[in-house]
Amino acid sequence: MRKLIAAAAMAAIALTGTASADEAADYPDRPVMMMVSYGAGGATDFQARIVTMTAGNEDALGMPIAILNKPGAGGRVGWNWFATQVDADGYTLAAYNVPHFIAQSIKGGVEYTTDSFEPIANWGADPAVFVVATDSPFNSMADVVAYAKENPGKLTFSGAGLFVGHHIAALQIEKAAGVKMAYIPTKGGGAAAMKAVIAGDVLGGVNNLSDAFRAREAGNIKILGVADLERSDFLPDVPTMKEQGLDVDNASVNFRGIMVPKGTPQGIIDKLAETVPVMFANARVKSKMEAGGSAIRIMNRDEVIEMWAARDKTLKELLAGL
Amino acid sequence: MEFLFYFGDVFTPVNFALLLVGTIGGLILGATPGLSPTMAVALLIPFTFKLEPAQGLILLGAAYTSTVAGGAVSAILLKIPGAPANIATTLDGHTMAQNGEGARALQLSFLASAIGGVFGVLLLIFLTPLLAQWALAFGPSHLFWLAILGVTVIGSLDSASVVKGLLSGCIGLWLATIGFDDIMGAQRFIFHPSLGGGINIIAALIGLFAIPQVITMFAKGRSGDGAEVIKVQKHSIRKAIAEIIRRPRALGIGTAIGSIIGLIPGVGGQIAGLVAYDQAKKFSPEYAKFGTGHSEGVIAAEAANNAMVGPSLVPLLTLSIPGSPTAAVLLGGLLIHGIFPGTDLFDNHPDVAWTFINSMLIGQILMCIFGLYVAGMAARIAQVPQSVMAAVVLGLAVFGSYSVQSSMGDVYVMASLGVMMYFLERFGFSAAPLVLGLILGPIAEANFIQGSMIASATDGLGPYFMTGTLNIVLIVLIAASVAYSAAMELRNRRTTSKEDLMI
Repeated sequence: MRKLIAAAAMAAIALTGTASADEAADYPDRPVMMMVSYGAGGATDFQARIVTMTAGNEDALGMPIAILNKPGAGGRVGWNWFATQVDADGYTLAAYNVPHFIAQSIKGGVEYTTDSFEPIANWGADPAVFVVATDSPFNSMADVVAYAKENPGKLTFSGAGLFVGHHIAALQIEKAAGVKMAYIPTKGGGAAAMKAVIAGDVLGGVNNLSDAFRAREAGNIKILGVADLERSDFLPDVPTMKEQGLDVDNASVNFRGIMVPKGTPQGIIDKLAETVPVMFANARVKSKMEAGGSAIRIMNRDEVIEMWAARDKTLKELLAGL
Repeated sequence: MEFLFYFGDVFTPVNFALLLVGTIGGLILGATPGLSPTMAVALLIPFTFKLEPAQGLILLGAAYTSTVAGGAVSAILLKIPGAPANIATTLDGHTMAQNGEGARALQLSFLASAIGGVFGVLLLIFLTPLLAQWALAFGPSHLFWLAILGVTVIGSLDSASVVKGLLSGCIGLWLATIGFDDIMGAQRFIFHPSLGGGINIIAALIGLFAIPQVITMFAKGRSGDGAEVIKVQKHSIRKAIAEIIRRPRALGIGTAIGSIIGLIPGVGGQIAGLVAYDQAKKFSPEYAKFGTGHSEGVIAAEAANNAMVGPSLVPLLTLSIPGSPTAAVLLGGLLIHGIFPGTDLFDNHPDVAWTFINSMLIGQILMCIFGLYVAGMAARIAQVPQSVMAAVVLGLAVFGSYSVQSSMGDVYVMASLGVMMYFLERFGFSAAPLVLGLILGPIAEANFIQGSMIASATDGLGPYFMTGTLNIVLIVLIAASVAYSAAMELRNRRTTSKEDLMI
């Protein structure tokens, strides 16, 4: 009898032991949700749906990922919710947009910082570009800077709101060229900012490379410069800001990827960090992303941690004077 | 005439089946409160991953057209406008349903939708290059004046007195300032976490229109005529067609205003129905009948909101700029197949472009046929006893406002606005001007700030807002609209003041 009880006790201990270790091994045993802090149909939502469409495959998570949109206040509503309301059990992921959420956390009024989240992997990078209408007299960044020097504060240029990639690029361009221009933030995202350029409401604008690429294909705009370290594969003929003598780095590039809340078990983070980049590298994902004019840039967890930290530092310096 | 070559593609078995699925599904989704056209199209996008580009777009296009029309079902029968486009439909449509004419109201709304819709798509087919110029002509200063023109409509919309109309418009304008301001980066009136993203327009719509009605129904209780069963008169389709033909003015005003205003990026779709309703009222000799279940009101509003569908796609298809949230979702549906709207679409994929446009044309007609069929059945909903009805509407209101952004916060907003509106209605205020204020406030504000930023960097506020043909035309229209309202108010006062004194 005693032996039996001992055996049962041993078995029980063994069971509980495996149960806690299996938390990560069994993960995920039900569908996973991913919060996107922008509306359905926007660029982030659209890309999030593409990169997660193979999540149910055996070589990925083995469970589908469902997208949950929580739009509002430039992403703040969704990220506030994610930082404060979500169980850190690995079943609710979120898409991040850098530099947006980092710039917002520096400006304050939100309930998150880079320390509230654990990055998993990065799927894409959309640099900011400087665009002008097709009939504009400007043909290079030098023309733009020359005009801005002659007419301080009079060169109007549009972008999607404050403390987003476009705004950061605008601040960097002004700082690098040592000029003052009139940044006009629009309500309604990049599309509204692009409309303002095409319609001639403003003289120029900062916009996403992917949207600008499409607008150039449609014959509506000229693209004068890319705010990134290298030229884009989509626009091999457009020089970077650096090549044109403006000291603008990649701080405004809109990086998109997946993160989980702080406090998620390390085993689950490790498992996600291992499988998610493989999921992004799927050939079907790549072809769908490229068809839409969005560049894939896969970065693993360590690279993203480094990128977040670097961005935090640059943005703190850049936004200090505002 | 190029579009005629691709008409055959719409009628291949698979394509036509998708068109049917999109149309019927769209009607059902549209009739569900809270599922706006944008949501319905977004929900369908994943299904198009596996389809051919043209097939995917047929599904999305059919769903878009029929959700806009389907919104009339809940607007008329339940007084819950499914989307801002259907607000004006509730004003006369629901009153008609209360009078037992639900079937007639639905028939008229689907017929008017189809006529307006076909006209809108024909505009898209024949006048796209011209329309694209028009869509671009509206800069910040013009959009600001356009929003102000909308504000002047507020006073005369569905209110007993201009003063009360303006006051509820002001409440709407104040509510619109709640939330995070994108342009200046300021937080305003966020006294509860659920207000962080501002007041969601769909949740507000549901609360303001449905909740006062639910409370009224519950308040009647089981006593008295609470269990009254509304009789539904059968109404033949032939009579409805005859009526539509007898009302060319409302139909014409609705279609024209829907097509013109629907085109303006970011503004059109939301206010086209309300502006058309107001204009139809001003031009009608039966001015006083509006709001009491007058068929012209339903016809103008529904013709306008479907006429807007075709032109609202012009900025997307020609300039690659999505002019409305729904167009942005459709853009995603195109991009997933590697098709860029703009010249690329019409030059390299004419089969996709024209099959899509043709399917919207055929979709309008299918939508009308199914709608008329549904009208006969759905009107029976009014036979449900009020106590049951109140519970059903309340359930739908909670479901609808939650599903917009999967947020409990929106349900709280819906409920508190609804209770507030119940008391406001007791004092003679009405929901339509309040909602118009809520919609127009952000448009006026954002465009004024943007315009003044541009103006102060260039030639100054005065010249920027006051010169240019379009600005002057809009200012003149505003002056005319204000003068008209003032004149009407004075005339009404003279005729009614004696009766008021007696009360």
